[in-house]
Amino acid sequence: MSLSINLEVRHPVLLIRLDGELDHHTSEELRDRVDTIIEERKIEHIVLSLEGLSFMDSSGLGVVLGRYNKVKSFGGEMVVCSISPPVKRLFEMSGLFKIVRLEADEQHALATLGVA
Amino acid sequence: MRNRMELEFSALSQNESFARVTVAAFIAQLDPTVDELTEIKTVVSEAVTNAIIHGYEQNGEEKVYISVELNDDTVNLTIRDHGVGILDLEEARQPLYTSKPELERSGMGFTIMENFMDEVKVESASGQGTTIHLMKYLSKNKALCN
Repeated sequence: MSLSINLEVRHPVLLIRLDGELDHHTSEELRDRVDTIIEERKIEHIVLSLEGLSFMDSSGLGVVLGRYNKVKSFGGEMVVCSISPPVKRLFEMSGLFKIVRLEADEQHALATLGVA
Repeated sequence: MRNRMELEFSALSQNESFARVTVAAFIAQLDPTVDELTEIKTVVSEAVTNAIIHGYEQNGEEKVYISVELNDDTVNLTIRDHGVGILDLEEARQPLYTSKPELERSGMGFTIMENFMDEVKVESASGQGTTIHLMKYLSKNKALCN
């Protein structure tokens, strides 16, 4: 089981859809691909759509936190949506919801950033 | 009835998924809940990732060792490396502490293990490696105890 990463730009928002398992091994590719797009396309905000994410561990939390720090440094924000109960539990445990906003689905998440 | 298995594999990140799926497959015979299985897969991933990144500093020539023992409804997991060891265990177990912030580690590995398991014991010696013992009662057993 690996991770499928789908990146869609709705300027100035990057919509990241993840399918599969986010661990130390797969987080490296995610970090590289997202950072390249953030730089090339002048991304300000990120929406993380996690409906298909079946597994995540603390390496996944690290890569999410790292991308949050990146957009925050440009004054942007990160919104997470369609999160499953086990992944939500990890976000809660690490206090990520204090800095990352949670929305029900992609449409709501994008609407709050003015690009729906 | 006691039932045991052991795994030995190269300290490569692509084996993190192999390790947690294999342990979960072995434990499946105790008929755990979906949540229990997710918790066990997550802690295996945490401990194996620690061994690879911190213990061996990503030297794939080294080996990670896992043993699992099932005893009635109790799961005993041991994850061991012969790596650099942890200098300050108390510090390492603090939530959000990481010795490798440059690698964007979240510092949540031990906190997750402590939250998802009933017992976490860590033995470590500088230059000799780290052994993590994790124990979990599956819910059938908990219901009897209550």
